[in-house]
Amino acid sequence: MGSITLEHVNKSFGEVEIIPDISLDIKDGEFVVFVGPSGCGKSTLLRLIAGLEDTTSGHIKLDGQDVTDAPPARRGLAMVFQSYALYPHMSVRDNIAFPLKMAKMPQAEIDKKVEYAARTLNLGSYLDRRPRALSGGQRQRVAIGRAIVREPKAFLFDEPLSNLDAALRVNMRLEITELHQQLKTTMIYVTHDQVEAMTMADRIVVLNAGNVEQFGSPLDLYKKPANRFVAGFIGSPRMNFVDGPEAEKHKAHSIGVRPEHFTLSTTAGAGQWSGTVNVAEQLGSDTFLHVEVDGLGLMTVRTDGDRTFAHGDKVYLTPDPNRIYRFDAAGKAI
Amino acid sequence: MATRQTRTLARTMMAPAVILLFIWMIVPLVMTIWFSFQNYSLINPMMTGFAGWGNYAYVIGDPSFTQALVNTLLLVGGVLLITVIGGTFLALLLDQPIWGQGILRILVISPFFVMPPVAALIWKNGFMHPGYGMLGHLWKAFGLQPVDWFAQYPLFSVIVIVAWQWLPFATLILLTALQSLSEEQREAAEMDGAKAINRFRYIILPHMARAITIVILIQTIFLLGIFAEIRVTTGGGPGYASTNIAFLVFRTGILSNDIGAGSAGGVVAVIIANVVAIFLMRAVGKNLDA
Ligand SMILES: Nc1ncnc2c1ncn2[C@@H]1O[C@H](COP(=O)(O)OP(=O)(O)O)[C@@H](O)[C@H]1O
Ligand SMILES: [Mg+2]
Repeated sequence: MGSITLEHVNKSFGEVEIIPDISLDIKDGEFVVFVGPSGCGKSTLLRLIAGLEDTTSGHIKLDGQDVTDAPPARRGLAMVFQSYALYPHMSVRDNIAFPLKMAKMPQAEIDKKVEYAARTLNLGSYLDRRPRALSGGQRQRVAIGRAIVREPKAFLFDEPLSNLDAALRVNMRLEITELHQQLKTTMIYVTHDQVEAMTMADRIVVLNAGNVEQFGSPLDLYKKPANRFVAGFIGSPRMNFVDGPEAEKHKAHSIGVRPEHFTLSTTAGAGQWSGTVNVAEQLGSDTFLHVEVDGLGLMTVRTDGDRTFAHGDKVYLTPDPNRIYRFDAAGKAI
Repeated sequence: MATRQTRTLARTMMAPAVILLFIWMIVPLVMTIWFSFQNYSLINPMMTGFAGWGNYAYVIGDPSFTQALVNTLLLVGGVLLITVIGGTFLALLLDQPIWGQGILRILVISPFFVMPPVAALIWKNGFMHPGYGMLGHLWKAFGLQPVDWFAQYPLFSVIVIVAWQWLPFATLILLTALQSLSEEQREAAEMDGAKAINRFRYIILPHMARAITIVILIQTIFLLGIFAEIRVTTGGGPGYASTNIAFLVFRTGILSNDIGAGSAGGVVAVIIANVVAIFLMRAVGKNLDA
């Protein structure tokens, strides 16, 4: 069991208020991702849940039980740190066994669990090495191994993949998702990478300056962003925003169109907006065009990979009328 | 130093310093060895010439030599014990976030800035003197007979003084080591359910192992040659109770004016220092491997 409830949690470091007021309800077995720009308070929020920081006010409940003042060890949560925080002088085996040893588990049982974790994570042949002798991905696995042997109520991950190269990151992303399906334990995963958030999460918490901007499933956030910040943060490449008279035509302060929601034409006049191609990023599967739209500024447009464009090409754009997002003056979605 | 060229360059650049240091070391050493085989006494200038192993037999055969050797080891061991344990303890305390941390750290380090003879004098007259030392007054305040430290516990007193001087050094090195421990590792241990004592034993102490090794090695080098503190306080006595090898060399060579025997003692001291160094490197040196 591992449901986590935050009730009006507030956190200040001295004078500086990092988290004004957050309430969240995370269900047992859910994979929740905290996503937001760097410095928005994701790690702080995670550390509050872990018990590594004290709340300034508000309550944290685990399975309905108030743990606001409980020390980290008593909460029964496991954390995987960004730097992995492996113990350098211990072998991989001892690293994984450490929490069990601290729990005074009999040696035979420890061996069994370490063996099992090593098999699950493909660590068998590294068990007697020191962390120093492992690659980044292997260290990452050891850190996860150390977390799973404890059979915690929930896993907390703080940007666990940010030190890995791109290919490995995709691999580990899948492995962690698979692990979640296998263990069905609650996981909270912090990242600044919206792709990780979209691909892994059951539900995403979008944070901005210590506030929850929206809490919902990935597709919810994509299809019905609550405000301009979420609309701009979720989706890759970013949504294009237009202010002024063009937005007023849609009775909004500003409108947003995702790069993938344009119809593109090269026939003169065959589009609502006209523009000039600035840069064409050809990925093979897709082509992203950075188009200088007349009177509206730079926009990103996605088109299929078979068409080629060059700098200076004239293009004509029509936004999909059903997929224009409208925002009021405060940035809230209308 | 990856390529052959950089290696050659490095050797050429280092050569003058290495050669100078080598001459600096080898000349006095050769002279000492030369004198140690000579009959050379300032009291008896008529007695000259080759002495063979005579000086060595005289120095090593003397019962005071064995006592000085034991005293040397006790002095080094005692001071190491106090400074390493005390230094670890102080470093743990100083690592806590407290008000006035900066001032406190400077205060803790300050004994290291006091010259050894001065420190010894402060202890001799200010603290340990049975008549007007602080400890004497303290004993009297409890209605006890003041202890005459240098008469009753001469070696122990010297150990206390030297430990007081070296404690800041140990504390400083160990504190730096402590501060280089990643916060995340401590937190990981905390989340893994390790209580404070276990965090110290399994995380902090192994992390400090290398620093402790350095403290032991550096201090041993200096502690083998402790002289000023003994000279100022006990003068090596009563009898030979607080005489170490260095002080024995001084007693033989300078006080007894026997340069030959003093030199032999000096050579023996060098050999002992090397034996201790080899022994130490064997015992704790593996901690230095990265
Ligand atoms: N111990 C601390 N003392 C003071 N400020 C802190 C502390 N920890 C974090 N902060 C501040 O809180 C803000 C949020 O930090 P953090 O939660 O680490 O952001 P991120 O979302 O990048 O993980 C940052 O502005 C940071 O400077
Ligand atoms: Mg962070």
